[in-house]
Amino acid sequence: MPPPGLLNSLEAVTINVAAFLITMALFGVYVASLGHNPLDVYYVLWLGSFARQISVESTLTNAAPLMLTALCTAIPARAGLLVIGGEGALVVGGVATVLAGVALSGAPFLLGVAVMALAGALAGGLWIGFAGALRQYRGVNETISTLLLNYIAIAVMYHLITGPIRDWDRVLKTSSWSIPQELRVGPLPFIDVHWGLATGVVICLILWIIMRRTTFGFGVDILGGNPRAAQMAGLPINRMVVLCCFIGGAGAGLAGSFEVMAVHGFASESLAVGFGYAGILVAFLSRQNPAAIIVLAILLGGVTASGGLLQRRFDLPDATTQVLQGVLFLVVLASNAAYGRLSLFQPAAWRTT
Amino acid sequence: MTKSLISRRNFLRQSGGMVTAGAALGALPGLVAAMDNVTVGFIYVGPRQDYGWNQSHWDAAKKVAAIDGVTVVEQENVPETAEVEKVIQSMIELDGARVIFGTSFGYWDSLKKMALQYPDVLFTHIGAIWKEGDPANVIGYRGYTEEAHYLCGIAAGRMSKTGKIGFIGSKPLYFIYNNCNGFVLGAQSVNPEMTCNVVITGDWNNPVKEAETTNSLIDQGCDVIIANVDSPKVSVETAEARGVYTCGYHSDLSALAPNGFLTGAEWNWASGVEFVEAFVAGDSYPNLKRGGFKEDMVAISPFGDAVPQEVRDEVLAAKQGFIDDTLKLYKGPLEDNKGNVILEEGEVIENTDTPFKLGVDWFVKGTTG
Repeated sequence: MPPPGLLNSLEAVTINVAAFLITMALFGVYVASLGHNPLDVYYVLWLGSFARQISVESTLTNAAPLMLTALCTAIPARAGLLVIGGEGALVVGGVATVLAGVALSGAPFLLGVAVMALAGALAGGLWIGFAGALRQYRGVNETISTLLLNYIAIAVMYHLITGPIRDWDRVLKTSSWSIPQELRVGPLPFIDVHWGLATGVVICLILWIIMRRTTFGFGVDILGGNPRAAQMAGLPINRMVVLCCFIGGAGAGLAGSFEVMAVHGFASESLAVGFGYAGILVAFLSRQNPAAIIVLAILLGGVTASGGLLQRRFDLPDATTQVLQGVLFLVVLASNAAYGRLSLFQPAAWRTT
Repeated sequence: MTKSLISRRNFLRQSGGMVTAGAALGALPGLVAAMDNVTVGFIYVGPRQDYGWNQSHWDAAKKVAAIDGVTVVEQENVPETAEVEKVIQSMIELDGARVIFGTSFGYWDSLKKMALQYPDVLFTHIGAIWKEGDPANVIGYRGYTEEAHYLCGIAAGRMSKTGKIGFIGSKPLYFIYNNCNGFVLGAQSVNPEMTCNVVITGDWNNPVKEAETTNSLIDQGCDVIIANVDSPKVSVETAEARGVYTCGYHSDLSALAPNGFLTGAEWNWASGVEFVEAFVAGDSYPNLKRGGFKEDMVAISPFGDAVPQEVRDEVLAAKQGFIDDTLKLYKGPLEDNKGNVILEEGEVIENTDTPFKLGVDWFVKGTTG
């Protein structure tokens, strides 16, 4: 009999691959109804997302912030919270990074980047941690509070970049001061994708280990499964919830840091372009598993990356890739019902009497 | 392939291919020799059919596509992030694009970066902020829409019954001031008593505020409205529903207001066609180009049914004045709305005086708001 852990993993892989194939089949029906050959469309999806180096670079560039913003939903979700504040945490992280970067002008590169990244992570962490504390100590629903905090974060950023920290030399695009050019983060070696990707992968893996292999991770899973039981077991649930929110928010804040350090160099409305919301999708698809987030962020990054080519080759509307993402989301959620129902993956099926 | 081309760029730089700011020529001799088919990529920051900014570029894309041997590929809703660089690379490497039209201001840094990476591709940008030292394969171009607003103002001044017109601006930027001044000066050219109420919304795109502002201006007695926002659609429709006159901006909005539409101030980004043609032919092209009616870089929308023939004639005569350069937008005596003298009697600003226009941060007399 195969070990149960292996069976569980095989079950998850089988269900997800099946969900992906069903999604592609449904999407094929959709594009066929628009008068295009689904096989051509699949080829272009492949071409635009993974077939060439620039396609892969484009996919990974899209995936990098998603990995980090997905954590903002995934980690609190393990403790039983539904946090959707990734967008706001990313924005405050970006703004904090600008402030740190400007203050650090003249600092050595590594120190400057480390402090900027910490500032972004801290700002994002406090932002979402605040929502977690509101829930635990004041009974405020975390979904509503994080949703509203998104608007507040964006409004605060607009306030700052249109006044106190505005770079008046940038006339047509309202933006903040720029961080010093020496502190800008470049691309990874061998591939034109910024360092946010490597950071995202490493952090997802570390959190995966923490969630799988430590007492804290185990405690969070108990808390997420049954808060009463966790309380009875004497777990410090208030602090654990706030910490999970802090970790998640720190992830999204770090995504904001890299948007500033590697992409823009300043804060502007281009920080709030939906990475935070797309991260929610990734978190759900990965079923809150930080390791799976890496894979699914890349998959969704690929869908986004090939969207442009779909537009150009078939004159399909930009919303086409959103249709694909939406179908994928629904199919994956529906496929959750299949867990535990495929007898092949149940230990009982292998038991010999 | 990139390596050999980089050396060519360096060669160009050393050989004096670089230029004096303004109207100099960045010739790229032989770079595009014998190219029969050219693919041109258009990148939009929003939807192409927005009855506004993006649509004005889409109109240009259609004209570029009409050139023999040119194929146009288009992508919309591309944010001003790292994504635009990836879209450019994808257009160049997967679609074979040789010319890229980056139609949003915030693409500028990405366009410059990509221009260094792909020295054999031509890039255009709509900010007209190219300066010496920027890559030679980048062009900045932009029309003087204030001239088109002047013509709208003439129509507004003739059609208004209350003597009050309304201007909605997005941001307090030089071209918004110029457009508003053009609109008011046009109106005052036919009726010196005309006044204009101005509201700045603060956003490129805020339909709710634009609708409220339009209603509020109408309540204040303004009976011709023009909105300088990304998509004036909401404002035009609101004004139409309230039964007052409107003028369009960016692209042709006449279909939105069959009763009250007068005319509109349009860009003619299709003037970028000449860059594509010069590039295809291997000829030289300017790195920086600004112009008004004389240079065919702006246009006005078809007149609405409400506009009588004599007003149309008057507007078209003024347009001819800009084309012949006999009509100047800014000429003395001119005061701003705070009573400061801007130009003395007899002082005239050339229509092509870009430095003067960039410095405009005042509204002309008769403007409130």
